[in-house]
Amino acid sequence: MLNASLKDLSAALAQRKISSVALTQLFLGRVAELNGALNAFITVDAEKSLAQARAADERIAKAAAQPLTGIPVAHKDIFVTKGWLTTCGSKILSNFVGPYDAHVIERFNAAGAVILGKTNMDEFAMGSSSETSFYGPVKNPWGRECVPGGSSGGSAAAVAARMTPAATGTDTGGSIRQPAALSGLSGLKPTYGLVSRYGMIVFASSLDQGGPMAKSAEDLALLLNVMAGFDARDSTSIDHPAENYTRDLEKPLAGLRIGVPKEHFGAGLSADVGKAVEAALAQLEKLGARRVPVGLPSSGLSVPAYYVIAPAEASSNLSRFDGVRYGHRAKEYRDLADMYRRTRAEGFGAEVRRRILIGTYVLSHGYYDAYYLKAQRIRRLIANDFAEAFKRCDLVIGPTSPTVAFKIGAKAADPVQMYLNDIYTIPANLAGLPGMSIPCGFGKDNLPVGLHIVGNYFSEAKMLNLAHQYQKATNWHKREPAGIQP
Amino acid sequence: MPLSLEEVRRIAELARIGVGDAEVRAVQAQLNAIFEMIGGMQKVDTEGIAPMTHAQGRSLRLREDKVTEESQREQLLSVAPQREQGLYLVPKVIE
Repeated sequence: MLNASLKDLSAALAQRKISSVALTQLFLGRVAELNGALNAFITVDAEKSLAQARAADERIAKAAAQPLTGIPVAHKDIFVTKGWLTTCGSKILSNFVGPYDAHVIERFNAAGAVILGKTNMDEFAMGSSSETSFYGPVKNPWGRECVPGGSSGGSAAAVAARMTPAATGTDTGGSIRQPAALSGLSGLKPTYGLVSRYGMIVFASSLDQGGPMAKSAEDLALLLNVMAGFDARDSTSIDHPAENYTRDLEKPLAGLRIGVPKEHFGAGLSADVGKAVEAALAQLEKLGARRVPVGLPSSGLSVPAYYVIAPAEASSNLSRFDGVRYGHRAKEYRDLADMYRRTRAEGFGAEVRRRILIGTYVLSHGYYDAYYLKAQRIRRLIANDFAEAFKRCDLVIGPTSPTVAFKIGAKAADPVQMYLNDIYTIPANLAGLPGMSIPCGFGKDNLPVGLHIVGNYFSEAKMLNLAHQYQKATNWHKREPAGIQP
Repeated sequence: MPLSLEEVRRIAELARIGVGDAEVRAVQAQLNAIFEMIGGMQKVDTEGIAPMTHAQGRSLRLREDKVTEESQREQLLSVAPQREQGLYLVPKVIE
């Protein structure tokens, strides 16, 4: 059961081999057993989960089930969930109980899935290691002194340790894909606008996207079927015709052109990661794909541009956390301005404060052109690079992360070092393109390596096809960390 | 260009985040390290390139000017730190 695919779990539920209540209890037991060591979950509420499981069992009994009915799903604590504490990994929301459900939560509820709990994350999704959470760092199940990646590290650790069959994450600069790579699972960031951001606590409005995290591409497809869809309440939601993301999984790869950007195989890439990715490329060629060299010449500018745009948007978005309408409010203050200053100084961690200050500066009078506008021009260069590449290839493939998981605390003192973890993932966010990471081997210290796949706008089905065919020919995605099962 | 302590205090005030005297130097050093990395943007000439605000160049969707929302006042007020008679309570602003 712990290693079963979503398809197999659904079949087992339909055939009454197990009930949703029993399945949910099984995973709640896993959380109870492992969360002390891994710190993947911030909130668990067995009573609420089991109530949903009972409702799911009734639905299954009436033969009214959908593919995810009765299946537990863990949600990154960035999705506002009605009646559940929703903290975003921050002290400033440590008392915030969701007054409504995010669109993504509504979709999972309508599908009959069970909310297993809310997972730990970098505060306000700002980070690549899940170390900045007010609730403490998440540990990588593959090496507990290592980070699982971030910001969706709690969701990643939960899937990797078989504490949940599936989870949701969000990705602004790589926060689904990089933890998927470092923790040995599959994760997908959809095309910008495909998954509604209503109720998804905002970091950077033009970059944020919610997406699925699970053990396989096949699972991701089923999850994306539930998550994707137009929502009028999100002004950036795209009215894209509904798709069944499982439809092309079995297509043969013969003739598929995979673009390999030389810029992603340069000096910054760790040799062990490069080796595993090269082996994966060779495997894809064996499956019929054709390798095509492509260039992404503006790649080197993506990290600086991102660290102007994302903090700028964050500084505007996080101004809502002022102690007036919700969340933490300072206990003592002289006047309103002082209340704001103290509330925000007390409620935000150091990385969040840093990014708000960067953003405030680059948007301030006299600096907007040199920084924000410049970064948006570079953004267009990056998008243009991909447009050119997609004239010659179907998918762009490379490493997800420059290294395998690093030790907790190793990069915490140097923000710039931490930012460089996102060097390969950021371009897809800037361009709004869909991106995925799937396991492709192991590197130093037997830590997982992820293969990064970028597709053209709305080409998720094609990306999932490549990933699924690769996963049929290999076993990397089936491996599990030592010491998590008796 | 590196930020002065005065500028750090100025942007902290704009952002309404209290930065104490004890930490302002450390914050200055961290911000300057980040700005040095960001300075890499100046390496490329972007003259004539249109800024990109949206992935697919779309503009904001408009809708009919009709009331579609229901009042959720009680629900939304229920999470307020301080409230009174259906209003949010804050320190006195108007003298």
